[in-house]
This record gives sequence, C-alpha cells and structure tokens, in this order.
Amino acid sequence: MAAEMTGAEIVVQALADQGVEVIFGYPGGAVLPIYDALHQQQRIRHILVRHEQAAVHAAEGYARSSGKVGVVLVTSGPGATNAVTGITDAMMDSVPLVVLTGQVPTHLIGTDAFQECDTIGITRHCSKHNYLVKDTARLGAVLHEAFHIARSGRPGPVVIDIPKDIQIFRAKYEKPAQVTHKTYKPQVKGDRAAIEAAVEMLAAAERPIFYTGGGIINSGPVASQLLRELAKLTGAPVTSTLMGLGCFPAGHPQFLGMLGMHGSYEANMAMNRCDLMVCLGARFDDRVTGRLDAFSPNSKKIHVDIDRSSFNKTVRVDLAVLGDVGSVLEDMIKLWRARAHKPQDMEQWWSDIRGWRARDSFGFEQKGAALLPQHAIRRLYEMTRDKKPIISTEVGQHQMWAAQHFGFHEPNKWLTSGGLGTMGYGLPAAIGAQLAHPGALVIDIAGEASIQMNIQELGTATQYRLPVKVFVINNEYMGMVRQWQELNHGSRYSESYSDSLPDFVKLAEAYGWKGIVIEGPDDLDAGIAAMLAHDGPVFVDCRVAKLANCFPMIPSGAAHTDMILEGDGARPDAADEDARALV
Amino acid sequence: MKHLPSERHTLSILVDNEAGVLARIVGLFSARGYNIDSLTVADVSNDHAVSRITVVTNGPPPVIDQIIAQLDRLVPVHRVLDLTDHGPHVEREMALVKVAGTGEKRVEALRLADIFRARPVDTTTASFVFEVSGSTEKVDQFIALMREVGLVEVARTGVVAIARGAEAV
Repeated sequence: MAAEMTGAEIVVQALADQGVEVIFGYPGGAVLPIYDALHQQQRIRHILVRHEQAAVHAAEGYARSSGKVGVVLVTSGPGATNAVTGITDAMMDSVPLVVLTGQVPTHLIGTDAFQECDTIGITRHCSKHNYLVKDTARLGAVLHEAFHIARSGRPGPVVIDIPKDIQIFRAKYEKPAQVTHKTYKPQVKGDRAAIEAAVEMLAAAERPIFYTGGGIINSGPVASQLLRELAKLTGAPVTSTLMGLGCFPAGHPQFLGMLGMHGSYEANMAMNRCDLMVCLGARFDDRVTGRLDAFSPNSKKIHVDIDRSSFNKTVRVDLAVLGDVGSVLEDMIKLWRARAHKPQDMEQWWSDIRGWRARDSFGFEQKGAALLPQHAIRRLYEMTRDKKPIISTEVGQHQMWAAQHFGFHEPNKWLTSGGLGTMGYGLPAAIGAQLAHPGALVIDIAGEASIQMNIQELGTATQYRLPVKVFVINNEYMGMVRQWQELNHGSRYSESYSDSLPDFVKLAEAYGWKGIVIEGPDDLDAGIAAMLAHDGPVFVDCRVAKLANCFPMIPSGAAHTDMILEGDGARPDAADEDARALV
Repeated sequence: MKHLPSERHTLSILVDNEAGVLARIVGLFSARGYNIDSLTVADVSNDHAVSRITVVTNGPPPVIDQIIAQLDRLVPVHRVLDLTDHGPHVEREMALVKVAGTGEKRVEALRLADIFRARPVDTTTASFVFEVSGSTEKVDQFIALMREVGLVEVARTGVVAIARGAEAV
C-alpha cells in the first residue's frame, strides 16, 4: 500500500522515478512547497539560473547533448511567462522537456491573484501538450505521462501547471509500471510497402541525395550510424540541415555540408539537380527550400518523418514514410541488402558535384590586420577538434559561420536555436550541456549582441564551477541584421550597431571568470590556447572584421540556383518588394 | 498550394472530454490561419469521456490534408474523419428563427413554416419562434424567406454530421 505524500513530494518522487538527475529552475511563491521537498532530498540536483528563460535553454542544452528529457521548475506568473520563449524554442526544434510551473491555489485561479497568469492558455500552442493539475491524486500519473509524451514521437516540451494547494495536499503515489496513453500512440515502425517503394526508388536513382535533419539526432545515435551505413551502401551524397549537423561526419567525401540559405554551393546545387531526394527527419523549412516553386523541380521526393503533419506541408512529396527515422533506416538497409541492390552508375553525378565543390563556396582568405570571423572559427575548430567539443551558439552571423566552418563528426555535439532563432540561447545551453557532460569541452560560439541577452548566466556557471567557454565573435554589430540592411535596405544600419558594449573582460572577471581579448589574427592562436589552458570558465572577446558578410547566401524568396557567393559582391537593394517582405 | 480552388469539408473529431480541449482545436485553426465555417461540440459517450466536434471548414485539398494532420497530432484527439472524403454522410443543422408581425405577414409566416416543417416553439400574439432543421441549404432558404415576413433574429447550431451506414467512426 502506497503511503500518502504531499503533492510536492510526489513531484520529486516522480522525477526521481523517471531517472531525473538535474533540474533547472528559479524559486518563487507558487512553487515553494516543491522547493522545500527538493531541499529534503539528495537524488535530484537543482541548478539555480538567473532568469527563467535561461532555465529552459539550459534544459534544452542538457537534453540535446544527452538525449534525455530536460526538466525545468519555475514559479507562476512571471516565472511562467519568462519561460515561454524557451518553451517555444524547444517546440520548434523538437527538444524533449518537462516544464513544471507553479500556479496560484485552485480557489484563486481566475481572480487575477498575485503572480497569476493563464499559463495553460499561454503555452497551449507553444508546447506539445500541457496540463493543469487540479487533483493531487492525479499528479503522479500526469508527471509520468508528460515524460512519455515529451520523449516519444516527435519530441517536444510538455508543461505541467501545478497550483500551490495541490502541492500541499496529500495523496497516494505509486510508480506506474508502464505509461501508455489512450489516444497518443506515435507510430515508430514504418510501413513495409512504403519502405519497399523507397528502396526501389533509391536503387533506380542516378542522381540521389540524402537530405538529413534534426530527426536523426532525435532518433538517437544509432540513427546516425545507420545513415552512414546507408550512405556507404548507396554511394549517394549527403547534406544536412542546421539542426542535423553531426549526424554525418564533416569532411567525409560524401558529405556536401549544410544546405539552405547559408549552405554550401554544392549542397544547394545538388538539391536542385537531383533526380531523387530522400528527406530523413527534416521538414522542408523555408530556410532550406528558398523559393518553393523553384525548389528541386525535377526530382522525386521521399520524406521519412515521425510527424505526419510534416508531410506535404510546404513541398509535395511522392512518397511519405511515417515512422521513426532510425527504425526506417534500419529497414531500408535490411531490404537493400536482402535484394542485393547495387547503386546506379553515379560517375556523372559525382563529376557534377566535384564541379560545384570546386567553387569552394565556404572559402575565405585571411590577410591583413583584420581578423576574419570565418578564420577565427576555423582555428577554434582546428585547435579543439581532438577534444570532441560540444558547441552551442547564439543566433546570427556567428551561428552560420560556426555551422559552415566548425566540423561536426558526431551527433549531440551541436546545440543551436534553429527554428525559433533565439538570441540568448547559447550560454544557458552550454551550461546545460556541461552539466550533462562534466568532463567535456563546451564552447558557446557567440556574438557580442546575442550574448548580452542572457549574460546574467555567467553567474550560474560560476556558482556550479562549470568550465564553459564563451567565444564571442565581436564585430560590434548585430551582424545578420546589418547584412540584411546592406542587402535590402540601402545600407541604412538602423539600430543594428552594438553601442556601449561593456568591457567583456572586466565583466567576466566580475563574475569570477577568466577574460581574454583577441585583438587580431596575430594573437588568435595564443588566445584560444589560453582559453583551453584554463580549467575554469573563460570568456573570450574575439574582435573581428566589422563588416564581413556571411556567404554564400540565398536571398529570401530566391531559388537555390540564385546563390550569392563571396566575391560576387553584394547586390545592394537587389531584392524587389515581394522579396523584402519575406523574413 | 494556396491558389488551388477551395473546397468545403466536414470533419468529425473525436476528443477526450477534458478541460481546454475545445480551446486546443479552435486555437489550432486560428494559429495556422485555417477557416471555420461552423463548429458544434457535445459530449457523446455514455461515460462522458468523449466529445464529438464537427467542424465545417474550407480550403484547397492540401490545406485540408494539413488541417487533418495537425488535428491528429493533438494529444487528446482520438480520431479525425473527413466526412466529405469518407463518402455518403448526413449533415443537419437546427435553427431557432424569431419572426414578429401581425395580419397577413403572420399568416404567411405560419404557412411557409408549415412547408418547411418548421415548428413554432414559442408564440405570442405578435411573434413566433420557429424550430427548423435540415441541411444547411434548407435552413438558409427558410431564413431568407422569413426575412420577407418579419425576421427578428436567428440562432443556429451549425452542422452536425454522421456517416451513412451501419459502421461507427
């Protein structure tokens, strides 16, 4: 017979039963009972952030780098609303989270009580699912169901709103044997006939390409191995979305690099000219497709996804395979082998690809006194690659340069805000990743503008002695905004200059970090080496060329074949009104 | 895809009868820019566990497919059935129609109501409330005729629909 426990104790027990080791949060009036229960146990470690948005990003970093569910605990009202950006970010990038929010006691709900907000209403469409628990006896079951929903199917954030009286009341709690849901049953195994059709199409293709995405990362490390195997069997080139980087090794002869708006010339040209596109766990995002009516016009398209609503959302596909991408890849490989398929002759295809590759679209030349941001990131990669670092980023030019110039060889090493594009993501995500991997080298490649959106988290890293590194590509501009203003708005740099920047070294030191300035190319290597030599947290202020643009670039609303390459020269105001209206 | 011609589709959605489920459905339509022409919802199970929501929507076929896939993705949704695609089905709605007038108009209203098998459910010496049910077109037509004889106001249920034949959804 289960003993009666308070709601707060049930929360902590259910988290422990789920194997949760770390949660990220910030206390407040409506969650004090849960904080009290946390205080009286040793199993779960609570990480106190400095702002609730950062708690969610830290949980995202923890989840994406470890494959576990990230857990957040915040109070009602402002605690919950501050968490909304992070919850939306996790929704867009399919990151499994359970977010616990305190709520005013049930009898005060709807009275505009102190620190009351309609958390369930606010998070209804930015979470995978949410609950308002009005009965302590239901609390345990809801928590376990929330973990099941967060991690299964297409992962996402699940919010549980817990009124304060529910945390105080007592009820029986029993750990459930297995969690099932009466209506929510995601399909993992792909349909046999569809997989057969996919394998036949692949075997018949002369110019195939694998277009891979974050779904492969979410499916688990095995899916990345299976992708490598299928690529080897078929000899087809592989490209990856921003979210999928690491699922196929950078530098592999079959890897074309990232595709899309700031992707490689060869990846985008190959997408345009292929005769078969196999989309694995990606979603035809607008940053990938560019102009839809010119997107890969002559190819057959296969789409493997665990979320049925991703099929035909923007791009019509010829064959949809519903299921977990890892499971589908496994079945495809088995079938390919069982039928003893041999790939078609792809000499012409690879010859075309070699031609596009020869354009060296990520190329740059470091000369002169100004340090090129591309060079800084490339050197950072070369000097750290042996340590298999985990890289997080903020959002903007530095993020795209990191995606282009930092090589990723394994899944779960690359943490970035893709769908929502949330500035301020990188530092808390790095903190979360460092907690999941205490011995790992974790670096937030940041911009001087983005880093200021959650810079208060320097204190969190100090408190928990986390040796995270922040590497700021400092060009004194919100670089991507400035780049768009140059291309689309007559170089009128409206409000995009980073004025009144702090002395980052002094700021870092004030928080107990080590601060380093890199002034130019000559002290780049020494600065990186000093960063790596210090066993605590380090903030590197890397001053780079102020007006560098991020190329290649497919302007908004343009086709893959209309890429602007470095050296083409910017075409100021080339965009017409329709294109300028796009994001 | 959006330039394809719009089609009217009637969707039957079986959902868990829990707090906020209607808000999830309606919010999905507004958040993603889908249309709702009519919406009905009621508890339909013995144990009050399941509600049936009937939505009449319109959009090009790919958008209708998206609507169904997006609805299906919601955790409390058991089943989404596109009755328009599914095959023969019955659609009905009910309206309460208030008409005021005296003399010949009043007599005419009663006569037209009789033709439409509309029943007076409230009567004063100067007004009727008619209950009329049937297809959307029939209800539309009855209301249009009532405008001629003193229509005051209308309350409509919106469409409820069910597939023909012995099978359940």
